[in-house]
Amino acid sequence: MESEPRPFWNPLAAGIVLGLALLLTFVITGNGLGASGFVTRMAVQINAWTAPDAAAGNAYFGPFVQAGAPLVSWITWEVIGVLAGAWLGSRGAGRTRVKVERGARVSVGERFAWAFAGGALVGFGSRLARGCTSGLGLSGGATLAVSGFVFLAGFFLAGFAVSMMFRRIWQ
Amino acid sequence: MSFPLYDLGLPSGLLAGLLFGYALEAAGFGSPRKLTAQFSLRDFAVFKVMFTAVLVAAIGLYLLRLGGVIGPASVYVPTLYFWAILAGGLMIGGGFAMGGYCPGTSIVGLASGRVDALVFIAGMIAGTTVFAYLYEPLTGFYFAAKGPDAERLPDLLGLPEWAVLAALVAIAALGFALGSRLERARGGPLTAQEVCAEDTETLATPKGAMARS
Repeated sequence: MESEPRPFWNPLAAGIVLGLALLLTFVITGNGLGASGFVTRMAVQINAWTAPDAAAGNAYFGPFVQAGAPLVSWITWEVIGVLAGAWLGSRGAGRTRVKVERGARVSVGERFAWAFAGGALVGFGSRLARGCTSGLGLSGGATLAVSGFVFLAGFFLAGFAVSMMFRRIWQ
Repeated sequence: MSFPLYDLGLPSGLLAGLLFGYALEAAGFGSPRKLTAQFSLRDFAVFKVMFTAVLVAAIGLYLLRLGGVIGPASVYVPTLYFWAILAGGLMIGGGFAMGGYCPGTSIVGLASGRVDALVFIAGMIAGTTVFAYLYEPLTGFYFAAKGPDAERLPDLLGLPEWAVLAALVAIAALGFALGSRLERARGGPLTAQEVCAEDTETLATPKGAMARS
């Protein structure tokens, strides 16, 4: 049933379109693009539902809880847009595949375990850095912020080092 | 009308996100194997796409400022907190190599049907919660080695902005050339066909042989 997937764009073309989208976002909002800010707000909301007192009293989550409706925010609309844009692109190009993507010699369980652990590390790191690859690396980098380039140095350094132990997951 | 518009409404967010998600997906960033192939030096798409986008937007912002369309210091520039940002960058790079995504690309993976992206997102929410409960003991580290407010490379290096941009373009060009050479030596970047293929190796191997190995 699945159609032959259309090729990805060449990286230069994709980079130019992404850069123009980022520039437009700066002109419209005064900010760049982001992603982890949504994860924070999602975490606040889930904690506020499951452990309301602890969340309200927490030094980091508390201010979000007191402000009310943590998910009502520009970053939430943006992430909904990302979901829709990626879904449209993936559908239109026949690249949607419902699957657990992994290397040939890795079980689904093991892939899930590392996906969760990697996600946890990324979630923690994004709060520590005050942003992620989108907000600090891409958007910060585009403003020539020193912080953006310090972030990118750490990101690529650890990526290369840690990936040496994880090739098996992907090949 | 003066720019930026500082419009943080729903249509503004949806539009920015639509373009962002569409471009990331078209680049192949919904696939964790393509993303992580950057770190085995087989696929330089992450470096090439990011560096190009950063430079297009940086040069665009520079020209808009020169042309008087946007004012100086009119867009948000994140301030450096050296240790927290370096440590956070290291954790995100490491978590990306382990889990296959960063926050933005996990949303793209989910939209492309990747079930593992959903598990990664659950992990991010857990990690964010752990951070919130360690925030108080971490406060000293979180604010350590703060740089000047909204400091930019031209300020730090004492160079005019055009010179910094020119140097970054030269570094990007070098990275592109070196990256393409390494890609060719390792069988070329991952194609849509490869990342969309059924797990052929697994299917081709008899179940019994898998169990025995």
